[in-house]
Amino acid sequence: MADSVTSLSAVETIDVTPAEKPRQLFLEVVYDWITTVDHKKIGLMYIAYSLIFLVVGGIEAIIMRIQLAVPHNTFVSPEVFNRMFTLHGTTMVFFVGMPILFGFGNYLVPLMIGARDMAFPRLNAFSFWISALGGILLYYSFVGGVGLYGAGSAPDVGWFAYAPLTAKVFSPGHSTDYWTISILLSGIGSIGTALNIVATVLCMRCPGMKLNRMPLLSWLYLVTSSMVFIAISPLTAAQIMLLLDRYVGSHFFDTQAGGSAVLWMHFFWIFGHPEVYILVLPAFAFANEIIPVFSRKAVFGYPAMVAASVGIGFISMSVWAHHMFAVGMGAGANVFFVFSTMIISVPTGIKIFNWLATIWGGKIRFASPMLFSVGFLFQFLIAGLTGIMLSVAPFDWQLTGSYFVVAHFHYVLVGAILFMIFAAFYYWYPKVTGRMMSERLGKWHFWLMVIGFHMTFDFMHIPGLLGMPRRIYTYEPGRGWEIWNLLVSVGALIQAIATLIFIYNLVHSYYKGEKAGNDPWDAWTLEWSTASPPPAYNFATTPVVHSRRPLWDIKHPEDPDWNYE
Amino acid sequence: MSTIPITPDAADEPWVLPDRGTVGMACLIIAESAIFVIFVVAYIFYMGQSLGGPTPRQVLELPIFTTICLLSSSFTLHWAVAALRKSRVGGFTAWLALTVTLGAIFLIGTGMEWYHLIYIDHLTIQTNLFGTTFYSLVGLHATHVIVGLLMLIAALIFALTGHVNEKHAHRMDVLSLYWHFVDAVWVVVFTVVYVLGR
Repeated sequence: MADSVTSLSAVETIDVTPAEKPRQLFLEVVYDWITTVDHKKIGLMYIAYSLIFLVVGGIEAIIMRIQLAVPHNTFVSPEVFNRMFTLHGTTMVFFVGMPILFGFGNYLVPLMIGARDMAFPRLNAFSFWISALGGILLYYSFVGGVGLYGAGSAPDVGWFAYAPLTAKVFSPGHSTDYWTISILLSGIGSIGTALNIVATVLCMRCPGMKLNRMPLLSWLYLVTSSMVFIAISPLTAAQIMLLLDRYVGSHFFDTQAGGSAVLWMHFFWIFGHPEVYILVLPAFAFANEIIPVFSRKAVFGYPAMVAASVGIGFISMSVWAHHMFAVGMGAGANVFFVFSTMIISVPTGIKIFNWLATIWGGKIRFASPMLFSVGFLFQFLIAGLTGIMLSVAPFDWQLTGSYFVVAHFHYVLVGAILFMIFAAFYYWYPKVTGRMMSERLGKWHFWLMVIGFHMTFDFMHIPGLLGMPRRIYTYEPGRGWEIWNLLVSVGALIQAIATLIFIYNLVHSYYKGEKAGNDPWDAWTLEWSTASPPPAYNFATTPVVHSRRPLWDIKHPEDPDWNYE
Repeated sequence: MSTIPITPDAADEPWVLPDRGTVGMACLIIAESAIFVIFVVAYIFYMGQSLGGPTPRQVLELPIFTTICLLSSSFTLHWAVAALRKSRVGGFTAWLALTVTLGAIFLIGTGMEWYHLIYIDHLTIQTNLFGTTFYSLVGLHATHVIVGLLMLIAALIFALTGHVNEKHAHRMDVLSLYWHFVDAVWVVVFTVVYVLGR
């Protein structure tokens, strides 16, 4: 048994011969990054690309919040406001959420399963560049398309672009075409990367890395990538139909010729709701890695976590029409979607229970990754509770299309997903760069973010309950909405400041952060067994694992994990 | 908690993982199936909803011959790969050429059908909902046939120029998965468009 443990000694997975780093010309570096097929570089490009779009989408949110801070504001015109919420939604979902999660997946999955690279490295590069083209195309619409009179040129049909607003008659010019094609391209990229992750997880694991020993992050990426095939493809199909409608005059969503606007809603939400889970499962994945390490305990209920994730994957395919209760689908359909939506909170509840049980009795270290994880746990719970409220059809009839709904889904997207993305940055930054992020700035970032987040999105529920509809560019005084909107806007500014601190921290720590070493958090998964930053080949020798926590086995040969699995 | 140590698996235990080409193609097929499902759903949803003619019953003929050609091309491709696995390159080339021919006959058949529909029956994608859903669904399938055919032709060119041997049997296996998928989709399209839709 001693032999099997030393076969994964930390010394062997790291090549100790001093690496020569020849100085490269700037153009050589650029060429290197553009032509790379290395999963780590592609992952970093995904992350950098989505951080740029995070700032862009954030600026759009701030513009909207300035406009809505006081009644009868004229900061932007109604047309510009329409463009802002369309681009904000589209950018945040397709060009921030998806690429940042794929970026982390690209970087981490091969390292965690002890692989040299992804299964299809060139497909990986193709997927990244086609997604990048999609994002650039969306913003090129500001220059390239001509929209409604006075509306400039960017898309202004809302992020779910209901028919018949997207018909040629109501969206002249090319703004909607840019929207359609950019989403089509990013969808192709998403399917390529998802295919790659599934093939990597199934086919590239190092010896001993059985499915029931994989880190939970790899498991959740397997589930989320499998969902991409079934969720993103319908959107691709619907975008093809929309393009046919707009360019060759077919009648899919043309109600004048008997087509159906409701069909678009179905097709969009068959994508749209699983998409929420595609985005949140990687956030769960980060929590599954971070919470145990900072509680100094193995994750509670590994099989239950896997089963709950797979369960979420399946159930999330059958809840889409809870976005459409107000359409009038009939009692039977409403009842079905009410219950399926309520049922999906069961596996989610199992996960929260397991995370709490992991923390329970642990020796908790409140470093920045753990702070954000705890914030995530609270906020995700509240987001789930308003979700259950909205799953009740009569309640939804009252509040659909109001700021209550906006507050609910931002609670998931910001309070849960963005918080876990920040946690993941603090946790894996030392691995990627070899330097720690500043804890002091991290704490500033966390507390400002928590205060800003709750100011914005807690108070946003209230104007929703008072009847304020979403997507209005201004409102009259005297409806009781003013104070709440002002508070929401101030909160948004605080979040913006927190995010700027975070970005400063990213850049500053790269040059000035303290050296991290290979395993700064005393963690247990394989990525911490190699150098920081990892060499191009990841592991000098292929690791062999015997339990779910291979690094624990090395550090504690007297009490290895396989005794308890 | 048991205190009896479980012996970790012996190091010489063979470590076998699924093949990445097959898994990758299977994922692509799942994604493509989802796209086809949406188009098929749209076809069924709009069945009989057209505001004007022509209707499917008036203009559609059962494409029996081309269907037989396309479906049998799955068998010829299977035999081609089987021949390659036994390193009979000549047999592989012949079966592959037959597969390409059968696929091309199918495409020509679709082209003739469309020509007839457009110029004789005056049914275009703009005419009515039947035209919209018919051309998009059958066209989406035909696009996949074209893509598959291009890849098969590439393989055929490699075979004719002597670049193929039994080491490539596995790659042809993965490619043939795609072709079988395209054929299977045709069974669905045929059933929905030409049997149920008429």
